[in-house]
Amino acid sequence: MVMLVIALVGFSIQSNLGDPIRPLVGERVSPEEREAMAEKLGLNDPFFTQYFRFVKKALKGDLGISFIYQTSCTKVILKHAPATIELILGAALIIIVISLPLGVFTALKPRSIFSKLVMGFSTLGVSIPVFLTGIMLIYLFAVTLGWLPSYGRGETIDLFGNGYWKSGLFTIDGLKHLVLPSISLASIMLPLYIRLIRSEMMEVLETEYIKYSWAKGLSPMRIWMVHAFKNTLLPVVTVFGLQIGIMFAFTILTETVFQWQGMGFMFLDAVQRSDISLLNAYLVVVACVFVIVNTVVDIFYGFINPTVRITGTK
Amino acid sequence: MSHLLNVEDLEVKFALRFGDITAIDGISFSLDKGEKLGLVGESGAGKSVTGFSIINLISKPGFISKGRITFEGNEISAYSDSKMRQIRGDRISMIFQDPMMTLNPVFTIGMQMTEVLMAHRKMSKGQARKIALEKLKKVYIPSPEKRLAQYPHELSGGMRQRIIIAISLLTDPAIIIADEPTTALDVTIQAEIMDLLQELCESDNMALILITHDLGVVSQVTEKIAVMYAGKIIEYGPTDQIVKHPVHPYTEGLIKSIPGTVIKPGEDLVQIPGMMPTLTNIPQGCAFNPRCYLKEDICTTATPELKQKNGAMAACHMK
Repeated sequence: MVMLVIALVGFSIQSNLGDPIRPLVGERVSPEEREAMAEKLGLNDPFFTQYFRFVKKALKGDLGISFIYQTSCTKVILKHAPATIELILGAALIIIVISLPLGVFTALKPRSIFSKLVMGFSTLGVSIPVFLTGIMLIYLFAVTLGWLPSYGRGETIDLFGNGYWKSGLFTIDGLKHLVLPSISLASIMLPLYIRLIRSEMMEVLETEYIKYSWAKGLSPMRIWMVHAFKNTLLPVVTVFGLQIGIMFAFTILTETVFQWQGMGFMFLDAVQRSDISLLNAYLVVVACVFVIVNTVVDIFYGFINPTVRITGTK
Repeated sequence: MSHLLNVEDLEVKFALRFGDITAIDGISFSLDKGEKLGLVGESGAGKSVTGFSIINLISKPGFISKGRITFEGNEISAYSDSKMRQIRGDRISMIFQDPMMTLNPVFTIGMQMTEVLMAHRKMSKGQARKIALEKLKKVYIPSPEKRLAQYPHELSGGMRQRIIIAISLLTDPAIIIADEPTTALDVTIQAEIMDLLQELCESDNMALILITHDLGVVSQVTEKIAVMYAGKIIEYGPTDQIVKHPVHPYTEGLIKSIPGTVIKPGEDLVQIPGMMPTLTNIPQGCAFNPRCYLKEDICTTATPELKQKNGAMAACHMK
């Protein structure tokens, strides 16, 4: 349903933006020939007929032909997707590894100096835009210190031997290239997570069942890390699922700053060269990813929260 | 004359921004093995705080500022946190008010039961499960094996309170502190839970501190009553004596407000006029004086002490 609507929006942009025939046939064509071309391509059909044709084709994996790459959009996107997915994986990993311990610590010891520092930096972190973080990181680690490369994906390995999934995760060089872009992409979400985990944890620590755990004589570690932690995770997981979708949007900035050959980079390229059918395909694919990610998160949520587990699954 | 639990001159304060306020103002009581004590009073009298201060679990910013609590001959009010933890949930266990909120929603009943045993006794999960099952049977929970794998939300309120009672029984404690254990439950379930608690305490010779505002319940279950008002115990003694011949006008008022006790059917119930004072604004002298029908000048100047009166103790100038 969601995807149908997004496809509709994308499609109406496509049909209203410019003339799709001109880039195909060029300037010097007679009106009769143009008319024949339009008829052949089905451009004279009513809007919804065209739309349903598009949806029908999309269901079969055919998202149209990209003008700039001169191949099918599906292929172009599939070639760029792995880079973006790896970037998001890297950023998500950084977010999880850093925000969980910091969020929990600042909730448990809100008065310590370390907690106050973390909270201060997180306010700062939220306010710095991602491209600025990226440029500062490049300046510091690539230009001044020369530790890490500043652009591109480095050495990649063709994972399945068919030219689609070129992975940078299995070479040292590829991983090195991944570091700065992931940090920069993570930087925008990380402070939000620290704050979210902190406030959720503090709320949970005030509940009756935590007080009861103390009355049961359990050790503080068990109360914090088992009883409070799992309840803290519930809302965090939901938000994390939503944010992974939003991270796709932020990759556009990050990938541009770091010349990362992913979907965001491709999207910007498509915008600049007005490759409308590729833009439309991008929208549909991102919507699809959004839906899939949220479904996966909902399923995972069912595992950690027994109250939403569907009856009959056990 | 060594009691199981002895509370002497306990004072609890809450550190607030504008200074400390006194929630418990020098109360003393004792409890023997197998004895059942009722802590009675209106909301805000300090009943729950008293209960929590025994196991040193007062919510921040509260703290014990004075007094001694001895349990089995040891002064537990001087214990460190880790030493206190060995007593909590083991020798003294607590039952909370609202069974809907007391169990952790994301863990199974089995896990929440066995963890208590594993924290206090060196035993395997299998052994702990066996004891958990045995205690679930003791509180008359149908098909206990099935319950262990269930989550709290799958059970009713009454069932959950039974489970919490079973958890409090796991380690065969010397004292159970029950903080309004039936307030959040259906009236029909209330009686069942109270009967169950009473039966268990008698069969296992456990002491019970029953915190409640319901004098009716207390008079049926306990042997001793301490009536609290504005952080003080104002009447303390055997239940029979106090219910039949209350000394303090406040206790008298409480008893007269219960249908079918002193008041005969058809007569009007007596209300105590006014409200309990807030802790920041406790009246001079006897805290009850603005609401008292016996009030004289001395009540507004001097604080009455607890003194012997017909076999019980009461703090009132006029009696």
